[in-house]
Amino acid sequence: MSILAEADLRLDAGPIDYALLLIYFVVVLGIGVMARRSVSSSLDFLLSGRSLPAWVTGLAFISANLGALELMGMTANGAQYGMATVHYYWIGAIPAMVFLGLVMMPFYYGSKVRSVPEFMRRRFGKPAHLVNAISFAVAQILIAGINLFALAVIIDALLGWPLPVSICVAALVVLAYTTLGGLSAAIYNEVLQFFVIVAALAPLTIVGLIKVGGWQGIVEKVTDKEQLSAWPATELTGIEHPVWSVIGLVFGLGFVLSFGYWTTNFAEVQRAMSAKSMSAAKRTPIIGAYPKALIPAIIIIPGIIAALIVPEMAQLKAGDTSSGVAYNDVLPLLMRDLLPNGILGIAITGLLASFMAGVAANVSSFNTVFTYDLWQDYIKKDRPDEYYLRVGRLATVGACVLAIGTAFIAASLGGSNIMDYIQALFSFFNAPLFATFILGMFWKRMTPTAGWVGLLAGTFTAIFIYAISEPSFGIELLELPGQGASFLGAGLAFVVDIVVSFAVSLVTRPKPDSELGGLVYSLTPKEDRAHSTTGDDAGWYRSPALLGGGVLALTTVLYFIFA
Amino acid sequence: MRLFDLRLIIAFLFGVYGVVLVVIGFGFTTDEDLKKAEGVNINLWAGIAMVVLAAVFAAWATLRPQFADTDKEPLKEL
Repeated sequence: MSILAEADLRLDAGPIDYALLLIYFVVVLGIGVMARRSVSSSLDFLLSGRSLPAWVTGLAFISANLGALELMGMTANGAQYGMATVHYYWIGAIPAMVFLGLVMMPFYYGSKVRSVPEFMRRRFGKPAHLVNAISFAVAQILIAGINLFALAVIIDALLGWPLPVSICVAALVVLAYTTLGGLSAAIYNEVLQFFVIVAALAPLTIVGLIKVGGWQGIVEKVTDKEQLSAWPATELTGIEHPVWSVIGLVFGLGFVLSFGYWTTNFAEVQRAMSAKSMSAAKRTPIIGAYPKALIPAIIIIPGIIAALIVPEMAQLKAGDTSSGVAYNDVLPLLMRDLLPNGILGIAITGLLASFMAGVAANVSSFNTVFTYDLWQDYIKKDRPDEYYLRVGRLATVGACVLAIGTAFIAASLGGSNIMDYIQALFSFFNAPLFATFILGMFWKRMTPTAGWVGLLAGTFTAIFIYAISEPSFGIELLELPGQGASFLGAGLAFVVDIVVSFAVSLVTRPKPDSELGGLVYSLTPKEDRAHSTTGDDAGWYRSPALLGGGVLALTTVLYFIFA
Repeated sequence: MRLFDLRLIIAFLFGVYGVVLVVIGFGFTTDEDLKKAEGVNINLWAGIAMVVLAAVFAAWATLRPQFADTDKEPLKEL
């Protein structure tokens, strides 16, 4: 994984910048210590006792996804592809988030399951549950390791700290606050991180805009005018024909990949499950969708600006790679060129914060799945709750230690692309998972056998497509540059999962209706899916459907402006 | 035991950050710093924005205290 190239990105950080960073660490650890007082059961620790208000879970929902890999990657895409990058934020997220809130959350929250795999167990039984729980747990550890490694590489480039030092310091900080305060501490810190990231990126964007002469300056200076409009994004998809490019975007990114990611990824869904009421749970992803729709303004625009005003970046864009910078270096280069000491410290803090929050999201969802879905279901049943609280804490320690291990493995592979591949592979698992969930939620005839057979068939399809289209594997039967291969793999995996699940269901025995209440649409009474509209849930402005419609309308308007 | 109010933590962090940046912006900004940011005293402006953010959160937490209007039962354990 070549996160940062060889170029010298060393920032001129002074004592004041370090002081601001230190203040942040103190507050983060303080949240852990204070949150500890509210933890008295395993549910408090692993699911915040289902007590959080919607604005907190909503911002945490978006923040858990706003890791630094995402920040670096999307500013890089902005520099390389221009406005087309907005698809990752708009069509690639907003519809799926609204769908999760309005359609799926009633089952997730209403059935009182404590994790996404637990929903799988109740709906399809143990084989499907085990496949889901184990693959999720493994993925979270690996991704946490990737995050740690990426963090260390960036700290090394920016501040000159050795890799092992930053890996261990970051892991210990995350470990400290998540072990103490559990999910509450993780979520509170994610919300804080959201504001710090905005505080880091907004000044960068404003100074950049002034330097380049405002939006007008961008329009005048960008040489490839196609990069100023979002559609048809042929460069981004790697599909030359504009119509097919749009179809690929809408179905591949907008439907299969994004619905798969946002609706089944427990690291996200967990934030909504910790909300204090059905209404708050439904609103969680929808409240998160508003900042998601607007944040490209301070992520993609700096990328576009960097390609215009940072000399090395302009050279790279013109095809000259001699300076050694990569597109991923956009943020550090802008920070170096535009921010004086003081605000520079805030920007460094924002980058670090987003890495740590990413790792904390992985760790806090891992420990829940490990404790409830693996340990309690398969290893030690029927122990008192204090026992599982202790298991949860130990699982947190274990997860951090394993993530440090994975990070060092990644480092010893010389930052090889292997970790990148692993992350790509796990992202494909989401598409079949979404197919299984959606079929299972709306078709009561779908059988437990179909649950796990469909899931495996879909997953193998995704792996197969990946293997025959990835150039470095040497069996390149399909030639699809850009994102085309992952759109195709996810799309086919979805279709295969649906077809196989349907066929297997016809020849195997379904679960009796009595066991599916609250899990399947036709067997869940309407009042069980409804939310209260009194107390903290009262008021038209708290209506999930209205808020969802609002963000869809906002996104549509934005698309018209930047078509 | 109920969880503390996050809004106060946000107000605290950005209050501190804001004041520090405003002080730097007023007292310790060199010509070089100004040149870097295209003549904008970015520390000062970002600092003012942060102080405002902190004030908004502090006001919200004061006017609408957490849990004041919660009368709902805690969720039953499984």
